[in-house]
Amino acid sequence: MELPLLHLALVGTPNSGKTSLFNALTGSRQKVANYPGVTVERKEGFFVTPLGRQVSVVDLPGTYSLRGRSPDEEITRDFVLGKATGETVPDLVLCVADSTNLRLTIRLLLELKRTGRPMILVLNMFDIAARRGITVDVERLAKELGVPVVTSIAVRKGGTADLLSLTDEISAKLAAEPGENNWRALSVAELRATQREADRIIADCVSLPARPDTWTARIDAIVLHPVGGLIVLAAILFVMFQAVFAWAQPLMELLNSGFDALGEFVHATLPAGLLQSFLQNGVISGVGSVIVFLPQIIIIFLFILLLEDFGYMARAAFLMDRIMGGAGLHGRAFIPLLSSFACAIPGIMATRVIDNKRDRLTTILIAPLMTCSARIPVYTLIISAFIPAREVWGFINLQGLVMFGLYAVGIASALAVSFLIKFFMLRDYAPAPFMLELPDYKMPRLKSIAIGVYTRAKMFLHRAGTTIFSMMVLIWFLASFPQPPAGATEPAIDFSLAAIIGKALEPLLAPVGFNWQIAVALIPGMAAREVAVAALGTVYAIEGGKEAAEQIGQVLATKWSLATALSMLAWYIFAPQCASTLAVIRRETGSWTWMAVTFGYMLVLAYAASLLTYNVAVAFGAG
Amino acid sequence: MTDIHDTRSQMPLGLAQRGYTGVIQHLSAKDAGSALSDVELESRLIELGFVEGARVEVLHEGLVGRDPIAVRVDSITIAVRRREAMAIIVA
Repeated sequence: MELPLLHLALVGTPNSGKTSLFNALTGSRQKVANYPGVTVERKEGFFVTPLGRQVSVVDLPGTYSLRGRSPDEEITRDFVLGKATGETVPDLVLCVADSTNLRLTIRLLLELKRTGRPMILVLNMFDIAARRGITVDVERLAKELGVPVVTSIAVRKGGTADLLSLTDEISAKLAAEPGENNWRALSVAELRATQREADRIIADCVSLPARPDTWTARIDAIVLHPVGGLIVLAAILFVMFQAVFAWAQPLMELLNSGFDALGEFVHATLPAGLLQSFLQNGVISGVGSVIVFLPQIIIIFLFILLLEDFGYMARAAFLMDRIMGGAGLHGRAFIPLLSSFACAIPGIMATRVIDNKRDRLTTILIAPLMTCSARIPVYTLIISAFIPAREVWGFINLQGLVMFGLYAVGIASALAVSFLIKFFMLRDYAPAPFMLELPDYKMPRLKSIAIGVYTRAKMFLHRAGTTIFSMMVLIWFLASFPQPPAGATEPAIDFSLAAIIGKALEPLLAPVGFNWQIAVALIPGMAAREVAVAALGTVYAIEGGKEAAEQIGQVLATKWSLATALSMLAWYIFAPQCASTLAVIRRETGSWTWMAVTFGYMLVLAYAASLLTYNVAVAFGAG
Repeated sequence: MTDIHDTRSQMPLGLAQRGYTGVIQHLSAKDAGSALSDVELESRLIELGFVEGARVEVLHEGLVGRDPIAVRVDSITIAVRRREAMAIIVA
């Protein structure tokens, strides 16, 4: 007889090792989506128990209580209570605890018990607790709590065996009707009473050694030092950006030549004509130019996940809280803004950790000003074509310096905009509190990191395969049709729809030094910034033949003035050139207004910056 | 040494220097001037383990205005701004 799918839910405080347990249980059999109506990430995975029961497990957002003070925490509460729209009530709730730190989880568990859902307490990271000399009387704890307790070591092979067999054992008896739901929001007095009860149970069942984690104390003595800590943070960021630019390079060149070879193959195999042009210029060079960034995306997420797993991210927020506070930002905004260097979309989604609405809104509005990886191809292309690769002051590469400058201008303008928002729009409000657990440091778990990076890479490729692919098909179409009349002597693209649109926009963009080819490239650049490079490639390729596409940088160097190139760089710092980001802002703020505000202010900044750059450059004779 | 807490007067944790150790006497959210309501602030502090009788130690301070502070609360470390820590009365 086939048993129905067993539904498990993982609940726990932040830093309880919930996600590594989730990864250990499910491996790569994961599905990441959003809960209906909200942009809270919904992670579901699947596995089979030793007795062959099919199980679905949902990793719920971490929370300290069921009060639901942020969208994430509301999801956790509603899910457990069976009130989340379109979700099945979990058959069994796994309450995950960090064995070295039971206080907060035991309190949460006592609150969870009131919901009447069948439950298991999972004492995770049991090996670390044992190593520190913490002993837990598991049987007594189970008796005191009235809930089965099992130990687990999510990071070790077979470390979840007990949990799996207990799941089998319990699910066999689940037919009995679930308990009654007596949960309601706790008053302060009840909360305090529950914490006391939790502390009493812990005193009875757990013996803590006198020595705390000395490693964490030693590392924090440096990392949280008021001055030393900031130096360490700067060093970490420096290594991160170095990695993104330098380490990714060989892989990117490899991918690049791979796509070139594929294009060559298509060119050689197929007869000249529309199909050949479509595959080579539209599909392969278009999508290829985006997939080339995969190594950079992987490296930046690798760093972010490693730092998060290690426990450093909370420290970074601690160090930056007051410094960012000067610009009207919350310490927790640091992580979302850091993610925005990879891509504003995960960055904006990560603002969910900021529970104050206005702090969150400010962060969302400035996140797109952080230089995302999609701008890198545009910057690199223009810099390598126009900025000489010479040394200044003996040791600094001029190209690198310009790149750094573009990043710095992005960050400075983000802080300035945040300051203005605070000053003009949100003047009358006291700063929201900053309260954050600083977890003990832990060795990052490679398998868990690998799964995380894999999931992100998959999402990126999915986007490249859908949105970006369709935009590339569109730009190819616009650049290819209508075909030139027979006997025409001008380049074919001069007759196309793209040229018509570009020339219509040209008067608007002429003051900032853009020609109609740039105007054409900016339109698909709305789908994703990096597509502009591919689009320029396509526009100039169709105009100038295959050689032009291969040497797009050299073509630009002959067709653009230095002033135009600098103006284009200035434009790209600010321009709201990304439809996906705007869509995410609309979704996260739940308002078209804030999306329009973002679009408007960024467009104004971009136009002003380009206008200024172009005219100054022309005045200096670079026109 | 054992009766040091009896002779020491009560003060808000928000005024404590780095290296301070003490025991939480009570919570007084209305004195903190936080952006949160009294009930919300008190609930959050309790949820992070700030309950009467818990041992606290100020481990680290931020650079600007010695803010925020990292506080050891029994077995865990919590980062909190001084403004909110004013609600925690220690001795």
